[in-house]
Amino acid sequence: MNAPLRKVAVAVLVLFTLLIVNVNVIQVVRADGLRENPQNTRRLSDQYNRERGAIVVAGNEIASSVPSAPDDPLRYTRTYAQGPLYAPVTGYQSILATADGLEEAEDAVLNGDDDRLFGRQLADLFTGRDPSGGNVELTLEPAVQEAAMAGLDGVTGAVVALDPSTGAVLALASTPTYDPNRLSVHDPDAVRAYDSEITPDEGSDAVDPRVNQATDERNHPGSIFKVIVSAAALASGDYTPDSVIAAPRDYVLPGTNQPLRNFGNEACDPSGQQRLIDALTISCNTAFAQLGIDLGADRVREMAEAFGIDDQKFDLPLRVAGSTLGEIGDDAALGQSSIGQSSVSLTTVQAAMIASAVANDGSLMKPFLVDSIQAPDLSVIDQTDPEEMSRPVSAEVAEQLTTMMRSVVDNGTGRRARIDGVQVAGKTGTAETGTDAPDHNWFIGFAPADDPTIAVAVFVKNGGGTGGDTSAPIARAVMEAHLGQGN
Amino acid sequence: MAGLASASGTDPNAAPVGTGPTPKRRNTELLLLGFAVLLTIAAQCIVDLTLTDALRPELATFGIWFSALWLVAHLVVRRFAPYADPLLLPCIAMLSGLGLVMIHRLDIAGNTLGRNNSGEDAPVQLLWATVGLVLFIAVLVVVRDHRVLARFAYTLALVGLVLLAIPAVLPNSEINGAKLWIRVAGFSIQPGEFAKICLIVFFAAYLVDKRDVLALASRRVAGLELPRGRDLGPVLLAWVASILVLVFERDLGSSLLLFGIFVVMLYVATERASWLVIGLLLFSGGAYVAYQAFSHVRVRVDTWLDPFGYADTGGYQIVQSLFSLGTGGLFGAGLGGGRPDQVPVAKSDFIAAAIGEELGLFGLVALIVLYLVLVERGLRTSLVCRDGFGKLLAAGLAFAVAWQVFVVLGGVTGLLPLTGLTTPFVAYGGSSLVANFGLVALLVRISDAARRPAAPPAAPVAKLTDAPTEVVRP
Repeated sequence: MNAPLRKVAVAVLVLFTLLIVNVNVIQVVRADGLRENPQNTRRLSDQYNRERGAIVVAGNEIASSVPSAPDDPLRYTRTYAQGPLYAPVTGYQSILATADGLEEAEDAVLNGDDDRLFGRQLADLFTGRDPSGGNVELTLEPAVQEAAMAGLDGVTGAVVALDPSTGAVLALASTPTYDPNRLSVHDPDAVRAYDSEITPDEGSDAVDPRVNQATDERNHPGSIFKVIVSAAALASGDYTPDSVIAAPRDYVLPGTNQPLRNFGNEACDPSGQQRLIDALTISCNTAFAQLGIDLGADRVREMAEAFGIDDQKFDLPLRVAGSTLGEIGDDAALGQSSIGQSSVSLTTVQAAMIASAVANDGSLMKPFLVDSIQAPDLSVIDQTDPEEMSRPVSAEVAEQLTTMMRSVVDNGTGRRARIDGVQVAGKTGTAETGTDAPDHNWFIGFAPADDPTIAVAVFVKNGGGTGGDTSAPIARAVMEAHLGQGN
Repeated sequence: MAGLASASGTDPNAAPVGTGPTPKRRNTELLLLGFAVLLTIAAQCIVDLTLTDALRPELATFGIWFSALWLVAHLVVRRFAPYADPLLLPCIAMLSGLGLVMIHRLDIAGNTLGRNNSGEDAPVQLLWATVGLVLFIAVLVVVRDHRVLARFAYTLALVGLVLLAIPAVLPNSEINGAKLWIRVAGFSIQPGEFAKICLIVFFAAYLVDKRDVLALASRRVAGLELPRGRDLGPVLLAWVASILVLVFERDLGSSLLLFGIFVVMLYVATERASWLVIGLLLFSGGAYVAYQAFSHVRVRVDTWLDPFGYADTGGYQIVQSLFSLGTGGLFGAGLGGGRPDQVPVAKSDFIAAAIGEELGLFGLVALIVLYLVLVERGLRTSLVCRDGFGKLLAAGLAFAVAWQVFVVLGGVTGLLPLTGLTTPFVAYGGSSLVANFGLVALLVRISDAARRPAAPPAAPVAKLTDAPTEVVRP
């Protein structure tokens, strides 16, 4: 019986080898896939069982992890101290959905996996300390953010304020807003209830508050785009603010028989022509459509790209959609594009970048929202250095543009952005939506005009009024909030 | 050695046994046992420190109890089976220690078995290990010569069949879709575990008796030695019995286990590979019919082929098990560091997943290798055993452990469809633990006989002169 016995022994060896090979496949080859599988709830409990880092604004935690109730299987609950105020920035962390906002964009730092926290992770491993995440300190100024959100109260829109000299984001507002706390609770039914509450009904005009109007949505900029056309004209060397350009009552776009008209169907100047600075001041459509066509598509496009309108998305680290000029097929389209219609569409962040570049002597600083990354013990482990993105115009042209934009606020459509004792430069925009929906209302500007410390863009979706009426006052309040705090 | 010429006779093919003094290696066994016990207690400390930040006073009780358990087992072996293989006991000590640690760890995590919510299963399991030890001692003390068992073969066969049939007949025996349990005074007993051993003893005795006729009377068909029709009786009987188990108790595992053991023992006894082929054909036919006829078999197979396709229903358990293993990875999360409690019935059916998650690939492979050592020592015992019955019995018992481990771990790791079998020595469950203690006791008994030096060839010749004169019969 020994011969078959030996064969049985070998067979057992083979069976066990099969087991070992199979276990190797699962625990080594397939391990990562199994670990990362969304149905593997360990990932979720891992996330909630370590103390996630805080998101900090001016020393106050606007998002932080606090210990859960004792009977909660997930140890930490994410809370948002001023949820609706900062929701456009923080986003949310939810057990039912992938995170959004900075919770998603800075997840690696907040959960402690970021390589910059490596030394600390190593120390945790040896000391047995519970790993905890790093903190993210933002560039936001609370007063400016509050003014921005208050200004947008009741409308759908966005405000972005930048420090023109660095690109630091001082405010990033989007309305309607929501309460991220109600998405981060651990009761799935409560999360689902709130989710269906804020999800717009199919076919309704309401917008989902989780869509960030400042970074995700692109809209026709209307007349604020005239700043780009002005920049292209001045940079060409053929124009000064005092150059007299045609400004007819009607302008029939080349190749069409459809006349382009001015706002309110008025003449820009009884003489049919006016200075460039005056055309910008009263936002003359016919003058800028013709100016754009005279400059040519290449110059306009080149200038737009230098200001950042180049179809490229970028990260604040919040993802900002790429702004675009779109196709400019013929001169008629170029004429429409020159007044910010046709296929031109910008994010509010991009609009603020236009104001910022003009304010900063023609140098466009890359916008950033994260000032520094801190270890859990608050020691700074990474600091964002301001970075020049491009130099769309010379300091001289920037100076001329500033003069023209000051005129807009002092004498023109932007009067409602005036601040007592402070020089403000700006440009309004009222964009047709191409549908029956009311116009979008824009304002971009900066202050103080001679030494700007804040550049701002205000977007009110389907506001129905003009940029000067609706958006300029919001911009003023935002700039005042910044200037009022000792700057 | 008394009674060498027993009914079962000697085997001509037995390995030659050295005539020199065979080392008993009892001290090796003691040393290895000490190692297993220390490892278990250390692991228990790690679990407590990681999960509760404190060492409980119960830990001392556990340490003393667990040490005493194996010290007693060792002393009993030293006294009643001094030549026994020294690796058998340390293997099961380590396996059961590992099981106790994991069950305790899952107790703390609050993983309940779904039928009792007491939460404290580790002390109960330690109690069962103690009962198992009592059976171990009883077997070694009562069964001084394993060949005695052959006399009770048919009685044991009857007992085995009755045990096997009880759950099918009794009401309220269904747990998780399979009817393998009987409930007595609050305890759930799985009689199949004991039936397995009874039937192996019967198989061994029966096959040793009939091996010549089963091996020799054959016809040659298509290059294969086929047995005569009437000799097919026993294998058909075993096949029918296992099909009945499948049908009436819905127990895929026991069915597969019993039939596999029988066919392999038949092969060892007759040395004819044709039995394996016949067994395989019968099994395939049975499996195909079962797949077609029974929805629970179909569900098992479908979820095995595509666990993630049924991740929320029938495949939930296996998917959770795979998550557990995958998350553990190479080194594991460390004792107390993982979430093995997220796998359903982690203490019993899926304890291997828990070990794989917290001790990693290294821990799980170590577990498999421990089983391999246990099984190969059992087969080694069979090889050197000098009598046919003991040889076949040891082979059957060792292969039973191997086959069960393969089917269970294969199920937990997705290699085979899931079955309701338990992981020997490690999984929570009194019946399985006690029965397996009995199984190893039999192996220890046979290996003691196998390794014991052969008695001097004849009566002491040197003392012939001292012997009283007697009549020498021709």
